Amino acid sequence: MQILYFGRLREVFGRSEENLVPPTNATVAGLLAQLRERGGVWAAELAEGRSFRVAIDQEVATLEGALKADSEVAIFPPVTGG
Amino acid sequence: MQPNVSVAVQTGDFDIAREYARLAGDASIGAIVQFVGRVRDHSEGSAVNKLTLEHYPGMTEKVLQDIGERARVRWNLNSVRIVHRIGPLDLADQIVLVQVAAGHRHDAFEAAQAIMDFLKTEAPFWKQEATPDGSRWLDAREHDERAVQRWFEASR
Repeated sequence: MQILYFGRLREVFGRSEENLVPPTNATVAGLLAQLRERGGVWAAELAEGRSFRVAIDQEVATLEGALKADSEVAIFPPVTGG
Repeated sequence: MQPNVSVAVQTGDFDIAREYARLAGDASIGAIVQFVGRVRDHSEGSAVNKLTLEHYPGMTEKVLQDIGERARVRWNLNSVRIVHRIGPLDLADQIVLVQVAAGHRHDAFEAAQAIMDFLKTEAPFWKQEATPDGSRWLDAREHDERAVQRWFEASR
């Protein structure tokens, strides 16, 4: 499973992508829990109540969104184009 | 003729005269609205020297296409063209073009405004500003969310 980071989160996390095995419950909520366990900026930026979006295969997803081994997951701040 | 929606995401500039010329000779079009968003020299009370735009390749194009298709279904349009630039931009540079062609002005004006409102809240672009105090990522604005909300309210 490929994870992509964009914008301010890419900068704060110090990476634009990484490969992970889907979490046991294979949902966005599970992935976020796993990333928060890294502590530091991960726990702070992805804490509940913080403003960020998750997309699965380039479609905006919810916490219940299902993840597969070949999913492309993106985590990014609220968008600011235009 | 099937109404046409086309999008482009590019580092290079766009030419509004050329975009307009693509519609020349189509006598079914009675109204064309072209909106251009540009890099402003100030934001949230401080000076801006430069702007860099990041995006999510692949998803961006899909979202823009989808926004254009939704506008096409809702208003009576001949064509929708959306061009958005990425990468480093200088002051007064063009950032985004939304061009809407329709039979009548009401459809063209409304659709162009709605497309920009949806683009601002849905299309995966992120702006980083260089200011005299260093660079900063722009925060999403609540009034952009409200702007999009009115199109849902209007359709009830």
